[in-house]
Amino acid sequence: MKKIVNDFSITVGTKNGSGSSTANNTILRSIFKMGIPVSGKNLFPSNIQGLPTWYTIRVNKNGFVARSETQDIVIAINPDSFARDLTSVAPGGAFFYADDIKQPITRTDIAAYPMPIKEIVRKDPNVPSDFRDLVGNMVYVGVLAQMIGMQMETIQAALTFHFKGKQKPIDMNLNAVKAGAEWAKANLEKKDPFHLEPMDKTRGMIMADGNTAGALGSIYGGVQFVAWYPITPATSLAEGLNDYLPQLRKREDGRHTYAVVQAEDELAAIGMTIGAGWSGLRSMTSTSGPGLSLMTEFAGLAYYTEVPIVVWDVQRVGPSTGLPTRTSQGDLSFTAYLGHGDTEQIILLPGNVYECFEFGWKAFDIAERVQSPVFVLSDLDMGMNQWMSQPFEYPDTPMDRGKTLWEDDLEKIKSNWGRYLDVDGDGIPYRTIPGNKHPAGAYLLRGTGHDEHARYSEDAAIWAGNMDRLKRKYDTAEQYVPKPVIEKTPGAKIGIIGYGSTKIAIEEARYQLQKDHNLKIDFMRVRAVPFTPEVDKFLREHDQVFVVDMNRGGQMHKLLIVSHPESATKLIKVAFNDGLSATASWVRESILSVSANGKSASAKKAVAKKAAPKKAAAKKAAGKKSAVKKVSSKKKGAK
Amino acid sequence: MTEALPMAGVPANLNLAGLAKNDYRGAPSTLCQGCGHNSISNQIISALYEMDIRPEHILKFSGIGCSSKSPTYFLNRSFGFNGLHGRMPSVATGALFGDAGMKGIGVSGDGDTASIGMGQFKHAVRRNIDMVYIVENNGVYGLTKGQFSATSEKGLELKKQGTNPYMPVDICMEALASNATFVARSFAGDPKQVKELIKAALAHRGTAVLDIISPCVTFNNQSNAFHSYTWGKDHEEPLHDITYIAPRNEIMLEEEMKEGEVREVELHDGSAVILKKLEKEYDPTSRWDALRILEEAQKNDWLVTGLIYIEPDKPALTDLYNLVDTPLNRLTETDLRPDPASLEKINGLMF
Repeated sequence: MKKIVNDFSITVGTKNGSGSSTANNTILRSIFKMGIPVSGKNLFPSNIQGLPTWYTIRVNKNGFVARSETQDIVIAINPDSFARDLTSVAPGGAFFYADDIKQPITRTDIAAYPMPIKEIVRKDPNVPSDFRDLVGNMVYVGVLAQMIGMQMETIQAALTFHFKGKQKPIDMNLNAVKAGAEWAKANLEKKDPFHLEPMDKTRGMIMADGNTAGALGSIYGGVQFVAWYPITPATSLAEGLNDYLPQLRKREDGRHTYAVVQAEDELAAIGMTIGAGWSGLRSMTSTSGPGLSLMTEFAGLAYYTEVPIVVWDVQRVGPSTGLPTRTSQGDLSFTAYLGHGDTEQIILLPGNVYECFEFGWKAFDIAERVQSPVFVLSDLDMGMNQWMSQPFEYPDTPMDRGKTLWEDDLEKIKSNWGRYLDVDGDGIPYRTIPGNKHPAGAYLLRGTGHDEHARYSEDAAIWAGNMDRLKRKYDTAEQYVPKPVIEKTPGAKIGIIGYGSTKIAIEEARYQLQKDHNLKIDFMRVRAVPFTPEVDKFLREHDQVFVVDMNRGGQMHKLLIVSHPESATKLIKVAFNDGLSATASWVRESILSVSANGKSASAKKAVAKKAAPKKAAAKKAAGKKSAVKKVSSKKKGAK
Repeated sequence: MTEALPMAGVPANLNLAGLAKNDYRGAPSTLCQGCGHNSISNQIISALYEMDIRPEHILKFSGIGCSSKSPTYFLNRSFGFNGLHGRMPSVATGALFGDAGMKGIGVSGDGDTASIGMGQFKHAVRRNIDMVYIVENNGVYGLTKGQFSATSEKGLELKKQGTNPYMPVDICMEALASNATFVARSFAGDPKQVKELIKAALAHRGTAVLDIISPCVTFNNQSNAFHSYTWGKDHEEPLHDITYIAPRNEIMLEEEMKEGEVREVELHDGSAVILKKLEKEYDPTSRWDALRILEEAQKNDWLVTGLIYIEPDKPALTDLYNLVDTPLNRLTETDLRPDPASLEKINGLMF
């Protein structure tokens, strides 16, 4: 049997609320500590207890850790999903299952390993009976560790981290891991090809989720006011702020330089955020699709009245309540024009956890510089799952508070200050902050028509002139938003445009297409709307540009067509969303289907291709693992 | 105690803040002639002028509607935020964190507060944000030319709407149910009482809800309507005469209020409201009595005016946050951005 080293996926099927997340995180962290690139994704239901949930881990020596459509190793702990889990194992794969699930093993093309989890836990007198189910999860960690070569030292390190060094739970869980490993050593024969071997590819890296990164970035951006309303998958961002603000902004006098308010709904959350932004605070809220819908009217107000705020949208699947615990890039079009009338919003698009931190602080600089709302679009996959990342980098520029006038400034200029006067010609006016005590400093902000001095006006020319200035300001914003990241291949005439969390799937697909299909492809990852001049240049330099969207409609594709109509015919939509994160095989097959016949793929074809890879990949896997000996169930070996 | 005298050389029409009444004015009103809202704006101006509060210490807020236009018509020298329909409370909640030394004055209407904005109204009250919250209540939608509002009384007949089939919302009752710390009602046709209640509200720390019946001269002024001038004049039942006394004057203290005596309620800033009782004993510090009197009023179709409830010692929202003395909006990078060493530590903890 040919060994497959550091290149496979592990999926654990459990019930939510069963406490398996500690076990799954332990596997993830332990592999990370072995120096092997790895990712972990929680596919969970919108429910608190009792429904099937899966945790999927991708191990890849080349660093491609997007979700894999192939299930190489499956661990089945949940009787309710047992049959489905058994079917999901790729031919030649491994299937570990709790032996108290009395369901038949109907496949002979996989290695099946029963695990007497309950029996092993019962034997440990140190585990109180009400802890048995929780600790039982650690038994499968131990069995898996023994069978694929996960190191006991790294497991211990993971548990020490998880339990913050508390010896009692560390010991209790580690003993269960060891018991599982010892049992496997004595009773199971290795019949699958999957092995872990230590590498040196994660040294110096950290492991974090995007919501925590966004919260931390905001704190290093000097956030002063947060108003929020709980919503999956954005809740952990606000909770991250609650966790870290007291430590990181601790003062000797014990006083606070910030306030966090849990609002009564998203309307109030953004209303408070705008109030605080208007009165000069670095102010933010975090939400997801349904909340963003509620924030729409206020978003238009903030655009038109020029109030700096930061709104994080950790996207989930819509429309409507949709799939609250699944990932998507479905809010891009909506956010770009969020508000009625002629509204255009600034959007930042972090592509990984590292950028969630970076854009966390940059968003405030841009918002205050441009005097505009800034929307940061993350998604559930990036926000809630654990990702390897470069360590967060300290801001390399001082805080930019924008064009702000205090008492002394007003005293100095003595001239005709007007809140909406475009003195510098860049569309960005000067603002005063409530609390400014200069007699000439005040103005009444109004969402109704107003002139350059913020006075009420219904004058046609004044209205049109102001809207022109706002457009000018939006164009100016191009200077301040993050530029795209471009990866080039000499001679490439094909380009891929992507954004956000699909980055890692696109990178893998590009690697495969170049290696296996001899295609030369450039990749541009867009990081902001409005688009910067680099985007136009990229479009001009390529004959064919695939635009990858994790939504049905191809929302980035549409935005690009609208903003670059002269390049519209080059743009090919690669768009799909079923709530699961993008995979390399979907991106690859979508591009191949077009490249093969030289024409644009219809959305339907792309979808068909998306569904197809499962089979294709399974076939490929079977081929790859032809050396794998077909093993029958080893049920007999179990006690 | 001697009475404070104007400083030598200061013209007599200047207050202790050194400002003339004109310094408190706004742009000319564009509301209808004879609108009760204009009279309220004038009382806001007088109250602040007489209390020597500088306009620069006030933040004005409003939503959408006739009433919400009025912040333009007073305090030109104050910052103001005229936002969205029914959303004034959330904006004010956030804005007052910018500089916790500022006092809010919000002007809303019955539609803005009791219909579209009921949720935000009650939550602002519950949080006790430091703001005078005036509802210019005319029981009708004026700006959209005469539809029923949530405070329109049952049976009201309007030209294009027919007869209102629903029970009205009592704003003072809603405020009390949300644990308001200051609830008062007045009538725009009684400017003296309006002014004194505004002064008391300004001296209160926390949300001071002032439901002012302010008749719409154009769309709801039939003589039988709840919110009309003629009805108000006939049915108004003042709870007590109320006089605001600034701290520089002598304050009369009284332990127990007896019938016919003067009752003083000390306010957060050390100033006080004196309540003169009229017909029956009324204790504005009792929630029980406040609810009872509103219930009675509703049963009898009365319009009770006066200070209905006050709880002077509750902290306002920003007091709960243990904020630094410097206004938050004057803090700089040194106060706001943690040092590089702290980030190294954080990175070290990110397994």
